[in-house]
Amino acid sequence: MKSKISPAVLRGSALALAAALALTACGGGGNDAGGAAPAEVSADDVQAALDKGGDLTVWAWEPTLEKVVEDFEAEHPNVNIDLVNAGTGNDQYTALQNAIAAGSGVPDVAQVEYYALPQFALAESVQDLSGYGAGDLQDTFSPGPWSSVQANEGIYGLPMDSGPMALFYNTEVFEKYGVEVPTTWEEYVEAARTLHEADPNVYIANDTGDAGFATSLIWQAGGQPYTVDGTDVKVNFSDEGSTRFAETWQQLLDEDLLAPISSWSDEWYQGLGTGTIATLATGAWMPGNFTSGVPAAAGKWRAAPLPQWEEGGTASAENGGSSLTIPAASEQGALAYAFLDYANVGDGVQTRIDGGAFPATSAALESEEFLNSEFEYFGGQKANEIFAESAQNVSEGWSYLPFQVYANSIFNDTVGQAYVSDTPLKDGLKSWQDASIKYGTEQGFTVSE
Amino acid sequence: MSVAVEPTRTDKHRTRQRTKPGYVRMKSTRRGVDNPKRSVLLTVLTGIVLIYSLIPLVWLFINASKTQADLFTSFGLWFSGDFALFGNIGDTLAYDDGIFGRWFLNTVLYVVLGAGGATFLAVLGGYALAKFSFPGKKAVFAVVIGAVAVPGTALAVPTFLMFSEMGLTNTPWSVIIPSLISPFGLYLMWTFASEAIPTELLESARMDGAGEFRTFFQICLPLLGPGIVTVLLFTMVATWNNYFLPLIMLKDPAWYPLTLGLNAWNAQASTAGGEAIFNLVITGSLLTILPLIAAFLLLQRYWQSGLSAGAVKE
Repeated sequence: MKSKISPAVLRGSALALAAALALTACGGGGNDAGGAAPAEVSADDVQAALDKGGDLTVWAWEPTLEKVVEDFEAEHPNVNIDLVNAGTGNDQYTALQNAIAAGSGVPDVAQVEYYALPQFALAESVQDLSGYGAGDLQDTFSPGPWSSVQANEGIYGLPMDSGPMALFYNTEVFEKYGVEVPTTWEEYVEAARTLHEADPNVYIANDTGDAGFATSLIWQAGGQPYTVDGTDVKVNFSDEGSTRFAETWQQLLDEDLLAPISSWSDEWYQGLGTGTIATLATGAWMPGNFTSGVPAAAGKWRAAPLPQWEEGGTASAENGGSSLTIPAASEQGALAYAFLDYANVGDGVQTRIDGGAFPATSAALESEEFLNSEFEYFGGQKANEIFAESAQNVSEGWSYLPFQVYANSIFNDTVGQAYVSDTPLKDGLKSWQDASIKYGTEQGFTVSE
Repeated sequence: MSVAVEPTRTDKHRTRQRTKPGYVRMKSTRRGVDNPKRSVLLTVLTGIVLIYSLIPLVWLFINASKTQADLFTSFGLWFSGDFALFGNIGDTLAYDDGIFGRWFLNTVLYVVLGAGGATFLAVLGGYALAKFSFPGKKAVFAVVIGAVAVPGTALAVPTFLMFSEMGLTNTPWSVIIPSLISPFGLYLMWTFASEAIPTELLESARMDGAGEFRTFFQICLPLLGPGIVTVLLFTMVATWNNYFLPLIMLKDPAWYPLTLGLNAWNAQASTAGGEAIFNLVITGSLLTILPLIAAFLLLQRYWQSGLSAGAVKE
């Protein structure tokens, strides 16, 4: 019977299916790529669509959008929005590619994370928004997210939120063992040793191999392992930034200074609550998760700038964050754009900030109200000041692969080896590079080292 | 989740019922089939199995009574902090405009139509195969036996592609229609019907002028009762706990069954900016298995006689 099959088997077959669907969808979409000039839709057209009204289907898992949709419908009674949570991240991409391949059930608006956007953009599965006048929004968004929605000289989404990185740390643990909060990654390794020596149960951080985290730290270190020019792609993890990350993290791995706990697991939430995981370097969207997921440690955590690769530096990177896109198959482009504009540029931005999201617009990031808001969870700290500064200092020149979703899915098979065996991290990155090149070539990209 | 546990629980119950009368009779020093000699080893072994089966349920109950903050900071197998069970139940039912209730009704719909339909078809088919001879019966037998061996998971993807062509995905039908097929149920009914309905009875019914429909509904159905309940329980549990099929077929949370809904709630904890609601996931799981427990307790008498049907050759 179905119910007797173990969850692991189910998960395995679900993944296999996801991979299979992703393959077919990608292949199918790729054939249509190249050509189609962006539709020209003027502001008047958008206004006309709003006046006329209609039905929109929005696929998103971002919780604060619910209120935005409500407000939008109240303001435009002609418009009826069906907000569907079709899965988080990868699950939704599979569903979306699936619907695009099947040619039916494609939503009018879809949430797509920055790392996954190039994949949809290159396949022309989502519309180039330049024709809607999105090009004028350059100064509206902070630089990191804005560059993340560009691909192929087009603009494929409007930034919804962003994840400028910061270091979250448990003050109680640091005070107890008299350790200074690290400002460089070198100090971070040192702090890791001191803490773990003082109490073998305490780790500076958890890490079992996380593609998003590793690429973000390489990004901060100034590494540019991915170069993308249309379908010409370079993958190379031997540049200085990547090497720097690998060497530093290798020390933590060699000395077993990282808790063998996967992020988002139950053990992870527990570790964050009890203090066995002392720090967390991640995106500025984390406070919401802290508040709801780790209520036991309220008041103990603080935010600090991300440790630096160079002493006195200010470099930062993005981790996570997503955009709203309009799938190519949508026949409601103008109306969909009206919603995008409302949610990501207009009144929706403040609604979402109030709901705990981290904005991507410069105006919101610079507003006094935003900067001065005190986080009860962080003991009254004005953490947004740190996050906003981080957003300004995101290293330039980073890009993701046009098949990053697949690449990230094989991170643990390749780089992950370094976390569980004697394989050096450097070799792990090399085999990730090789596997990515192989896959990209199979998909019809021109990939080189 | 609960499937593996349930039958054991029922077995336990049966054992207890049997030993009780035996215990009384032991005083009369009569020993026999009704009153086998007690074995310490077996008692200990069954005791261990009992504890092993019950611990997940106990854990579920204990943790459904904790607040989110207490969940991670207290010992898992004992109560701690405020007894928040009723608050949790209230929150579970109210969260997200009461979507849990909707999922519950969806699951009931899938079970009533899917499992009910599967049972009905299995009874019809099993009866026909057991009591009528027609050309190709052996071929049907081979197909049914073969179908029992194919796991539903393996068929989910081809079914999805087929339903996608027909435009049925993301509708309740995409879950109900595949649930209607239960080769195992058909086989069970077939075996049961050939044992439970004496061919002579059918002959005399026909002789007295009863039509085929009347013979089936008025004479045979009551005899098939225990078998029907057994198949119903099997298909009910399978449909109630079905996860993979709806996962592939459904996108719209408004049509989710409880299994998918709970998983979606659980996934919120791994979403940037998502609200972690572990206490509601656990309480929701507890509420999800209650109807199954109730069904087993109510129907277990039939279930037992159904399981042992054909065990003894007359």
